[in-house]
Amino acid sequence: MTRILLTGGRILDPTSGTDTLGDVLIVDGIIEAVHIDAHDADATLDSDVEVVDCTGRWITPGFVDLHTHLREPGFEDAEDVATGSMAGAAGGYTALCAMANTNPVCDSAAVAELVYRRGQEVGLADVFPVGSITKGMQGQELTEFGELNRSAAHVDFFSDDGKPVASSLVMRRALQYSKAFDAVICNHSEDPDLTVDAQMNEGAVASVLGLPGWPHEAEEVMIARDLILAAGVGARLHVPHVTTKGAVDLIRLAKDRGLRVTAEVTPHHLSLTDDLVSSYDPVLKVNPPVRTNEDVQALREALVDGTLDAVATDHAPHPPELKDQEWEHAPCGMLGLETAFAVVNTDLIATGQLDPLAAIARFTAGPAAVRDVRGHGGAIVVGAAANLTVLDPDHTWTVDAPRLHSRARNSPFHGRTLTGKPIHTLLRGVFTLRDGRVVSDQEVRA
Amino acid sequence: MKHLISIEDLTTDDVVQVLDTAEALLPIALRERNSVPTLRGKVVCNLFLEDSTRTRISFDLAAKRLSAEVINFSAKGSSVSKGESFKDTALTLDAMGVDCVVVRSHSAGAPVQLSSYLDVPILNAGDGWHQHPTQGLLDVFTMRRHLGNLKGRKVVIVGDVLHSRVARSEVQALHLLGAEVTLVAPPTLLPPDVEGWGVTVATDLDAILPEVDVIYLLRVQRERMQGAFFPSSREYAHIWGMDARRLRLAKPDVLVLHPGPMNRGVEITADVADAHQGVITEQVTNGIAIRMACLYLMLAGETAIPEVVA
Repeated sequence: MTRILLTGGRILDPTSGTDTLGDVLIVDGIIEAVHIDAHDADATLDSDVEVVDCTGRWITPGFVDLHTHLREPGFEDAEDVATGSMAGAAGGYTALCAMANTNPVCDSAAVAELVYRRGQEVGLADVFPVGSITKGMQGQELTEFGELNRSAAHVDFFSDDGKPVASSLVMRRALQYSKAFDAVICNHSEDPDLTVDAQMNEGAVASVLGLPGWPHEAEEVMIARDLILAAGVGARLHVPHVTTKGAVDLIRLAKDRGLRVTAEVTPHHLSLTDDLVSSYDPVLKVNPPVRTNEDVQALREALVDGTLDAVATDHAPHPPELKDQEWEHAPCGMLGLETAFAVVNTDLIATGQLDPLAAIARFTAGPAAVRDVRGHGGAIVVGAAANLTVLDPDHTWTVDAPRLHSRARNSPFHGRTLTGKPIHTLLRGVFTLRDGRVVSDQEVRA
Repeated sequence: MKHLISIEDLTTDDVVQVLDTAEALLPIALRERNSVPTLRGKVVCNLFLEDSTRTRISFDLAAKRLSAEVINFSAKGSSVSKGESFKDTALTLDAMGVDCVVVRSHSAGAPVQLSSYLDVPILNAGDGWHQHPTQGLLDVFTMRRHLGNLKGRKVVIVGDVLHSRVARSEVQALHLLGAEVTLVAPPTLLPPDVEGWGVTVATDLDAILPEVDVIYLLRVQRERMQGAFFPSSREYAHIWGMDARRLRLAKPDVLVLHPGPMNRGVEITADVADAHQGVITEQVTNGIAIRMACLYLMLAGETAIPEVVA
């Protein structure tokens, strides 16, 4: 019998609205007791209990990432399920939703089950594959949602990742068909006609830098279309990586009208602005692009008021040789798993804009409500699986990209000093991150 | 001036220094005087990642008139197509021990990236839509030679500003010298937030022409029609092109400049082009002097220009 007592921490459980000091006792991977405003003195005296002092730390549900590129199968030079899971554990995540743009594309049960099982084999995070909306992400024929849904991977979330479903007809059919499985359609919000050759946010900075712009309208036109289509057929829509003020306004309006829409935002879009691109450092190249300060402020407000349900990383590793190109030739994407909490903590929580409980909700209960992640991100209650994260909100550290756990090192936060760090991550009561160190997959299985 | 990547990085004094140096070197550019040994032993690398015969030859001549050794490194397409990263290409040059890299690239920002990889001076010979600083400098040099001090002078730049690295360098160089700039273009060919450049934006060319001292025509590529930037070259020529009738609205001594190559029949009619060919040809010669001045200021250190300066 393995018994772990997390003691003296600030328990932040968004599902029950709990924000109080207390202890959490874990027995064989299950939460056995939660002592609110109390200290379990007896347990600490018990010699076969591992006591973990959480004084000054936050005890939260394990984080859930709705948007992770684990790159396996097909692009293991950038990342694989093992390295991505290590990065996830280091970032406080217990559940990762692996994006469909692999090779082969995740448009069959075979690929979905492979990715799911690789996650289980590695054992550092539960990996929930995202199925593609269309076969080969070609935007034409629907993927077999039913086959993926009834596979061992139980896929209930479909996205063609960075390739928008351009055809309104195909998008409408996908939304209609998804209802048979209560699945969620997540469409990349970009009207491709408006972004031919686009390299960065369109605006004053792009004009001076001479880079073709990515107008905010390209994102908003697509979101407006998708909201109208989803409303029409009564289907569930998830809007990935929202980046513009106008997009926030559209989603807020749709939610006010009762649409079944959810939305996510990345830490980099909450933190970075397009003026940084004047360095032409391709590590800053991302789709959708980093926008203006006005957009960042709108995104932060929307995260606070709940218009944006989740922080999602869009963790997108690329090997250095692809990023060490001229800006226009470099691929889009940034690492995110290991810096996500620190960025949100530094820019929003520590500044007082977002209270800790609401912030934790955006990493846990918020994304967990978007799709079925089998209890991850849920309540810290007796009988629940012990998927938990212990955070030090005051730990200050400087990001050193080569030392992150990802195989790639394209972090836009390299060199930045951030506050806040996951210290322990527990997956079903087993440490995947202990004292700030990722536990190897061999140790996890032992 | 360690690098010359963007006019934005320069002060008014920097620009005046380049122009004054070019003035001193002009007799050599014009071949009225022999080459000088100022940069003997220095190796200038022309890294041309995009075809541009005119600019490459101009830089080549400029370096040779100053007795530098020139190596040409031309590569079509990106490093990616060769399976090499851009950074690898840069480090290769570094290993070869060059003293200066003149870089031309289709990719905006490539010279900025190069300057982060290498310690040697980087001279931007045109990068994407971003900058073409020696073109901007040679243009203001040409204007100054005709008009004297450019403070308060009115310059209208007509055409495809959006896709033009020349326009960006030109506007900034003219500002540093105190000229007033008006941009006239189809609204589809103006960059977003162009008002932030400190220029006046107008659509009616005829109304502007009587006041201006310089008309600067930008090349308009016919393929922009496919992008729906404007309906036809016929309509472009009619509304924004420079023809004899329109030119009569301007002052008789107005200066007409064009960075070349000219697109006769679109932004300029043949008769106007021929009538103003003299100044447009002068721009080419002045380009050599400006490039000599830039290489001299970046590489010669304290060495005086023999005979010319004296």
